[in-house]
Amino acid sequence: MAAEPLRTVLRSATKEVVVGHDQPFCIIGERINPTGRRIFQEQLRAGDFSAIERDVKAQVEGGADVLDINMGVPLTDEPELLAKAIQMVQELTDLPICIDSSVVEALEAGLSVYQGRALVNSITAEDDRMAAILPLVKKYDAAIIALPNDHDEIPMEADKRVELTGKIIRVATQEFGIAQADIVIDPLAMPIGADTTTSLVTFEVMRRIRDDFGVNMTCGASNVSFGMPGRHALNSAWLPMAMASGLTSAITDARTPQIVEAVKAADLFLGHDDWGMAWISAHRAKQAAAEA
Amino acid sequence: MTPEEILQALYDETLVGNAPRVLELTNEGLTLDMEPQTLLFDALIPSLEEVGARFERGDFFVPEMLIAGRAMAGAMERLRPLLAETGVQTIGKFLMGTVKGDVHDIGKNLVNIMLEGAGFEVIDLGVQVAPEKFVAAIEEHQPDIVGFSAFLTTTMPMFKANMNALEKAGIRDSVIVMVGGAPVTQEYADAVGADGYAADASQTVKRAKKLLDERRAKVPA
Repeated sequence: MAAEPLRTVLRSATKEVVVGHDQPFCIIGERINPTGRRIFQEQLRAGDFSAIERDVKAQVEGGADVLDINMGVPLTDEPELLAKAIQMVQELTDLPICIDSSVVEALEAGLSVYQGRALVNSITAEDDRMAAILPLVKKYDAAIIALPNDHDEIPMEADKRVELTGKIIRVATQEFGIAQADIVIDPLAMPIGADTTTSLVTFEVMRRIRDDFGVNMTCGASNVSFGMPGRHALNSAWLPMAMASGLTSAITDARTPQIVEAVKAADLFLGHDDWGMAWISAHRAKQAAAEA
Repeated sequence: MTPEEILQALYDETLVGNAPRVLELTNEGLTLDMEPQTLLFDALIPSLEEVGARFERGDFFVPEMLIAGRAMAGAMERLRPLLAETGVQTIGKFLMGTVKGDVHDIGKNLVNIMLEGAGFEVIDLGVQVAPEKFVAAIEEHQPDIVGFSAFLTTTMPMFKANMNALEKAGIRDSVIVMVGGAPVTQEYADAVGADGYAADASQTVKRAKKLLDERRAKVPA
């Protein structure tokens, strides 16, 4: 029998977002991340946060439900930078935030200033990562993204990923008192350009995690098109396929209409948009904007 | 086929990553008594260089680079023992690995392809390579250059941990250290005390050759 589908509740000071298998897909905006953005890195080092303001605006307008914030700038004080960015973004928008770092001190600094119920990105199935981060997740009443890989390479077999998911859920719930509904599994979306079989494995992992554990899932969806031409088209095709397999959220490009529209259309076909009212009002809003 | 036709076909088929055909052509060349180094230096390497150039210009994409590399690797498996017999030296030994905590390997694999294409012997330790594993592999293989790859800002600090492990083992000065990966900069490479940095695969080859020349000019072999 399939496991009961769970809901993950995220909050800012004033807004609540519910992620679930019966809910519209949750788009987590990926843009506030300096990785691979040299100019943004320089600006952050110099204390110039203006790019964040633009990124927040573009993603909110684009249709993001949650914003990911990563402040991994080399040779800086990441905890301080992350805390500052979170405070700034919370002044600009009421969307909940996904706090993204693998530096424990940075996560703690971010969680301590965050107002609401954050999503923490991320842990793996490695014991030391879980022991370092899960107490913070518990202390600050957050939800946690977990990747089913351990000390070895990313497991290419579905069985291994499902097994590690089971381990994460067992340890997080039994040893650290985290609710199963607050564990969001990242089923590991790999670049299709490096191996054409990887997406089929990931879709299988999604179906099995949904059916076996009922937990929510998210992933860095833009990764699937890495190294390929026509990335927006690939991302827009991949997301609805993943949604049909059980993915309930993704860290992705909320600024690209093609991608957001593909997600909203899939919501409708999956029965998560009653009478297509969200689809129709988005159409009207677009019409109005074009006329204005 | 004439030797000239073989070289041209080898170049063309490597360029499009036709691995079975590249192996056939390699065997055919050897049957015609063509020298292994002729096949390598006059067809395979120039073809891989062209693949790298097209990738750099954005005309080639990741899968095309990977299948060309695979085609070349198939031919090299056949040629390597013959090259060793004829005493052809590789231009240098390159030990490569993605740092501990990081599982990204596409960039590293592209660099490996370009290095092999340029005549380096590449020993790939894979991903999630711990500092002590780098130390053990350096002691075992005695490479000219070791490359640390990191794709995440959060795993870049492992460069420093690796450097410290090399220092502690007393082998820091016996090997050239290069670092790279999407978030890495020259400034960061300098900060961790690496000898070299490159922004992409073909730059890595140029930089590696230059560092090797400088080292060999300094230390009489």
